[in-house]
Amino acid sequence: MAIIETKNLTYTYPGAAKPSLVDVSIKVEKGEFVLITGPSGCGKTTLCRCFNGLIPHFYQGELKGEITVAGEDVLEHHTYEMAKHVGLVFQNPENQLFALSVEKDVAFGLENEGIPREEIRKKVDWALNQTDIYSLRERSPHEISGGQQQRVAIAAVLAMGPEIIVLDEPTSFLDPLSAEKIFDVIYDLNRTQGITVILVEHRLDLTAKYASHLIIMDEGRVRFEGNPREILSSQETRLIGVGIPKATLLYQMLKKDGLNVGDTTPLSSEELADELLEALGNQ
Amino acid sequence: MIEARDVHYRYANKVEALKGVSLTIKDGEFLAIMGQNGAGKSTFVKHFNGLLKPTSGTVCVDGVETTKTSVAALARNVGFVFQNPDHQLFSETVEEEIAFGLKNFGFGADVVEKRVTWALELLSLTQYRKTSPFLLSGGERKRVALASVLAWDPQMLILDEPTIGQDHEQKDKLRQFIMQMQTQGKTVVIVTHDVEFVAECNPRVVLMSEGKIVAEGVGKEILTNPKILTESSIVLPQIAQIFTKLSPLGLPKDVIDIYEAEKLILNAEENKRQQ
Repeated sequence: MAIIETKNLTYTYPGAAKPSLVDVSIKVEKGEFVLITGPSGCGKTTLCRCFNGLIPHFYQGELKGEITVAGEDVLEHHTYEMAKHVGLVFQNPENQLFALSVEKDVAFGLENEGIPREEIRKKVDWALNQTDIYSLRERSPHEISGGQQQRVAIAAVLAMGPEIIVLDEPTSFLDPLSAEKIFDVIYDLNRTQGITVILVEHRLDLTAKYASHLIIMDEGRVRFEGNPREILSSQETRLIGVGIPKATLLYQMLKKDGLNVGDTTPLSSEELADELLEALGNQ
Repeated sequence: MIEARDVHYRYANKVEALKGVSLTIKDGEFLAIMGQNGAGKSTFVKHFNGLLKPTSGTVCVDGVETTKTSVAALARNVGFVFQNPDHQLFSETVEEEIAFGLKNFGFGADVVEKRVTWALELLSLTQYRKTSPFLLSGGERKRVALASVLAWDPQMLILDEPTIGQDHEQKDKLRQFIMQMQTQGKTVVIVTHDVEFVAECNPRVVLMSEGKIVAEGVGKEILTNPKILTESSIVLPQIAQIFTKLSPLGLPKDVIDIYEAEKLILNAEENKRQQ
C-alpha cells in the first residue's frame, strides 16, 4: 500500500485568487526517497504542508480531493495526530529550536507524549547518534553552527519515530560541505531505517543522486513524476526552469555531439567521470 | 570604490567575527565572497553600507569613512539585500514595498511609478503587484527584497546569498542582470555558497575563513583548488569534480565552464581516434 496518496488534490489559500495546488495526484511507496522540485512558487511547500495536515487544519482555505498519509485520512486527523507519522524539517533551523540544550530540544516532543523517562533517554540518544551530534547534547542550540542546528532539528523529528520525514529545502542556509553532510544523514536514515523521505530542493546538482522518485511541479500541477534518470534525460524538463545537474547536462551535450559515452544518464559527477574514463581511456 | 583596511569587528557578545580583513573593491568590479557558515562574510559586507562600523581599522566608501557618515547617506549609493528577506519586508503590498525606498529618496510620483513597474517586470513579479509580500513563497519574497533595492538604481549592489530558494530560471535572470549592471560600470558584491552559480558567472572570488581572507583570485583558479575549498567547507563545482577525475586522460583540472568541458572532451576523443 502507498504510504502517501493524493487524488485530485486542489487547494486555495484563504483570500487567494487562484489555487496553489491543482489536481495533484501522486503516489509514494514506503521507503522511497522522493525529491520534489520545480520553479519557485510552483506549490512544492504547499504540498508538503498537506502531508501532516497543516493544510487545511492550520492554514484553512479550501481543500478539494483526497489525501491519505500513513493510512490516515488527513482531512479527518489533526496535525498533532499526523505528527506521529510525519516529521517536518524546515529551511531555517533557528525557527524550530528553542530549548536550553540540544538534548532537551530533541526530547521535547517525546516529553509531551508522556513517554516514560528511560524510554525517552533511549530514543533521544538513538536520534543524536543517527545524526552524529551526540557529542553536542549539552550545548545550547544557539551556540552551534547552522549545519549542526539543522541536524538537531532532524534529530528532534527523528526521535518521534515517524515513518515519513518531509524536508523543505533543509540546507539552503548551509555551506556546501555541511549541506552534503545533512543529505548523507538523510540518505542513511532512508536506507538503513527504511524511513520514507520527501525532500524539497532546487539544487538537483546536490540531490538528484539520492532520489528514487522525482516529482517536478509547475504552477501548482505535477508535470513529471517517476524515475529521476528517465525524467532528467528528457529535454522537456529544462523548459520549465528546472536546473538539471551539470553532469547530466554535459552528458546530454556530448551525446548530441555523437560521443559514445554509454546509455545510463548520469546523475552525479562521479557517474559521468566513470563513463568518460571508460569511453576515452586506453583499455 | 570600497576600501577596507585591517578591519576587526567584535559583536556585543565578545565574539570576534572579523580579525583583520583588508580588501579593495574597484568600481565596476564583480566579486563573490565565499566561505563556510560563520566565516564572517555577512559581518564583513554589512560594513560596506555602514550597518556595522569596524571595532578597529577603517572602511571607506568612495573615499568617505563609514564612521563619518550615516547609513541613510550611504544607502543611496550602496544597495543591500539581506540573506533573509523577512528582515527587510514590511509593507502591505509588493508595490508599496518597492516604492518605499524611492519615496524616501524623494523621487516624484511619476518616477516612482515608472521605476516600480520596471523592477516588477525585471523580477517577474508584475502579477503580485497588489499582493502582500507575506503571502508569497520564500523565493518570491527574496525577489521582492531585491526589486525594492534595484528600483532606486544604486551604484553598488551587495547581495547576501541571492540565489537561496531561487530556481534555475531565476538564477539565470539574476546572472544576466548582474552582467547588465557590469556593462553599466556598476559594482556587484555577492556573498554566496552557491558554487555552481559562481562557476557560471566567473567573478573575482574572495574566500573567507574564521574572520580572515584566506584566498583570493579568479573563479577558475579558486574553484578548482580542492585543498583550499575543503578548508572553507566548499565543494568543487560539478564540472571541476569531473575533470579532477579525468586527469588520467591527460586533461587539465582547472575547468569550470560546461562549454569548455565539452570542447576538451571532444578533442580528447578526436586524439584517441587518430592514435
